[in-house]
Parts: sequence; structure tokens; C-alpha cells
Amino acid sequence: MITAENISKSFGKLKVLNSISVSCDKGETISLIGPNSSGKTTLIKCLLGMVIPDSGKILFDNENISRSWQYRDRIGYMPQIGRYPENMTIGEVFDMLLDLRKKKENETDRELVHSFGLDAILNKRMRTLSGGTRQKVSASIAFLFHPQVLILDEPTAGLDPVASEALKEKIRKEKEKGRLILITSHILSDLDDLVTRVIYIQEGNVLFHKSISQLRSDTGEEKLSRAIAAVMKNNQPLNSVS
Amino acid sequence: MIKIIRYVMADILRSRIIFVYTIFLLAISLSIFNLEDNPSKGLLSMLNIILIIVPLVSLIFSTIYMYNSAEFIELLLSQPVRRAQLLLSIYAGVCFSLLVAFTIGIALPIIIMVGTTTAYMMTAAGLVLTAVFVAMAVLGSVVTRDKAKGIGIAIMLWLYFSLFYDSFLLLIMFQFSDYPLEKPMIALCSLNPVDLARIFILLSMDISALMGYTGALFSEFFGTSKGTFYVAGVMSLWIFFPLFFAVRRFKRKDL
Repeated sequence: MITAENISKSFGKLKVLNSISVSCDKGETISLIGPNSSGKTTLIKCLLGMVIPDSGKILFDNENISRSWQYRDRIGYMPQIGRYPENMTIGEVFDMLLDLRKKKENETDRELVHSFGLDAILNKRMRTLSGGTRQKVSASIAFLFHPQVLILDEPTAGLDPVASEALKEKIRKEKEKGRLILITSHILSDLDDLVTRVIYIQEGNVLFHKSISQLRSDTGEEKLSRAIAAVMKNNQPLNSVS
Repeated sequence: MIKIIRYVMADILRSRIIFVYTIFLLAISLSIFNLEDNPSKGLLSMLNIILIIVPLVSLIFSTIYMYNSAEFIELLLSQPVRRAQLLLSIYAGVCFSLLVAFTIGIALPIIIMVGTTTAYMMTAAGLVLTAVFVAMAVLGSVVTRDKAKGIGIAIMLWLYFSLFYDSFLLLIMFQFSDYPLEKPMIALCSLNPVDLARIFILLSMDISALMGYTGALFSEFFGTSKGTFYVAGVMSLWIFFPLFFAVRRFKRKDL
């Protein structure tokens, strides 16, 4: 469904993505992991067209995204740090997105809005919200339009356990509907049981792209976090690509 | 596109700065016309407001607005929205709000109180200058990411077009006073929208006789309908090119 071919990106002298190629298919739940500043968010922003890669191409449903914008209709994106127009209320932000996507009220998926209790504070202005509430708004927006592809950048960071559980439940439901879900995270334990594949990125290179079962059999570890840790240890120094 | 323009304008109206600008302009025009007995003299004072205050406010207000809507831009670009369309909609929204403020604050008073050809020309010049300087502000804020730098660029642009460029022209005129400079002067004035607007308005005030041979040539060139088309054409280019480069840059910008 999404194929990235030889994506490279530098910010000034800093090479963030080093000719990365990955492909993701429908129905998969992929965890994109790697240490801080390994290029996870940059890769995701390339998929969304918010960062323009220096070279390489990205195909969405076999269609090059470099000159296209309609494909974003099928993506729900939850940013790592949600930034919103400060003097709009939560309700106005929702209505604006609805209006821009030309969707009707009954075509939206408000399940997360309800389970996060956001419908009680729809007339609060964005600048008055705490970090956690902003995250809830971001998550609700990502799921609002029944997208085929969900891109969640550090979804559970900053959420309290109740909200985090609600979000997890929602991701599980969407997974069953056969959506492609891309999650970046460096904390693994949260989403262990949802993930079907793991892409490990370090310093702008894909170190491995494996299914969970393969990863488990390769390392002999049951828990994902320990399996990753085992791979990281064995891969020292980290330059072999499997 | 209309939708985004509507959201931009709703946002601008909520900040109330635009109301303050409107009332400020209205206060200036009313006080000038009430102090002067002769409306033509009043027009001359208004000319300076149009050529100095309007570009300054257009530049600074639009630059600050562009930087403050960084969140709005970021949110909309993760949605199915075209980049060029987003930038042009923001331009249109800011520009339209400032045009409304100018119309209420200056255009209506001078048309009602004076109503001569010059009054209409001044209105046209003010509207066009607003559009030109908002376009420049959009370009400036797309080019740099840093807000302080962006506002610095806006102020430098204003200083350049309202002060430095004129001193530069004077310097050329003195240095090359032995040569016939009238025709090159028309070309050089086209490189500054403020100068172009000034000449265009002054010529309609019948004081070109005071400007000697150059004034005669200017009035011969700008006074005709061909001259009016020329000014309109050059001004459109002054709107088009900054926007064109801004869109081109914005399409490749990382957020």
C-alpha cells in the first residue's frame, strides 16, 4: 500500500534519512522503532508530504505522492506534538476539518472523542489545553474520518493510563477492520500485543524489517522489548542490515 | 479555497488588531479633513499616509500573521489540501481584511469628502499598495523560518522602498545630471511600487508643472490612458512575482 524507495533527506549537513526503502501492506500494524533522532518522524513526515525528500520516491497505492495531495484524504495522522491554532476551540477545529474534507457529521467516527470525554469540553480554546488533552485531540482527529491508513507518532506519550488504554482498544478495533497502522514509539511494552511487524531504524538506516514471529524465533525471546534489546546487542556495532 | 479564506478572515477578525488599524486610519483621515479648509491640501497630507503607513502596516501585520499561523498551516498540510492553494488562500484572506480596513478608514472618507479624480486615484493606489506589500510579506515569511528575522526583513523592505530607494535615485540624478535621464527615470521608478504610486497620484494633482522638464515628460507618459495601463501592468507584476516565488519556495519547504 505504501512503498518508499531510496528516500534520502538531509537537514543542512545532518543526514537524517540515508536511502531508506520500506514497504507496508494493508492490514499490517507496523511499529517503527529506533532511538531518539534516528529519523522516524522525518520518515513519517515524508509519507505525509510535509517534508520533501531530497531523492527517492514514495508510492501510495502505486501512485507517486510527490505532486499529489488527494491521497492524504485516506490518511489519519496523529503528530508527536500536536500544534493547533491557539484561539480556536476544540469543536471549531473538528468542524473545520470536517468542512475541509467535505464530510458530513454522520460520516465521522467520534468514538474516541466520546471515550476521551472531549465532547464535554468542545468549547474550550486550544491554548488553554494541557499537553495530555492536546494529545487526545490529536488522536481523535486521526481517527475522525475512518482513514485507511493510520500514522501515529508516539501515540501514548503524555496520555494517562485510562486514555492510553482507550486508544489501544481503538487501534485494535481498526486493526481488525484491515487498516494499515504505522506507529512510532521508543517505548515498546505499551503496544506489544498489537504489532505485527517491526521496522527498526537507526541513524537514518533501516536495520531490520521483520514480522514479530520471525523476530521472536530469531532471538528466542517472548517479549518484544527484550527481543529488540537482544537484536541490538547482537548487532553491535550496529551496521549490519538484515 | 474559499473555505480556507473564510477561516483565515474569521481568525483575523477575532484578533481585533484589524479593527484598531481601521479606527486609526479613520481617525487620521477625519482629523486631517477637519483641520484643513482646503480639501486638496488635505489630500496631499493623505498621500503621505497612504505611501508610508499603509505599506508599513501591511508588511508588519502580514508577516506577524504568517508566523502566528504556523500551527494552522501545519494542521492543514496533514489534511488533503494543496500547498499552493493554502498559501494563496492565506494571502487572499490577509489581503482582503487589510483592503476592507483601508476602504473604511481612508477610501470612503476621501471619496465622500473630496470625490475628485485624485481621490479615486489615491484610493486605487492605496488598495494596490496593500496588495503588493502583503505579497512581499508572504514571500519574506516563507523564506525564513525565524520570526525575528522575518520581521527584520519586513522592516528592511519598508525602509528600502520608502527611504533608501529614493536616495539612490537622487544620487543617480546628481551623478548623471549631464545626461538626459528622463526616460531611464520612468524605468527606474517602475522598480519601486511606492514611487510609481506617488508619481501617478502627483500627476493627477496638476502640480507636475512644478517638476520641470521631467514632470512634463512624466505627465506626457503617465497622464495618458497608455500610462495608466502601464502603471496597472507594473503593479500587477509587483503582486505576481512575490507570490510566484513564495509559492515556489513554499512547495519545497519542510515543516
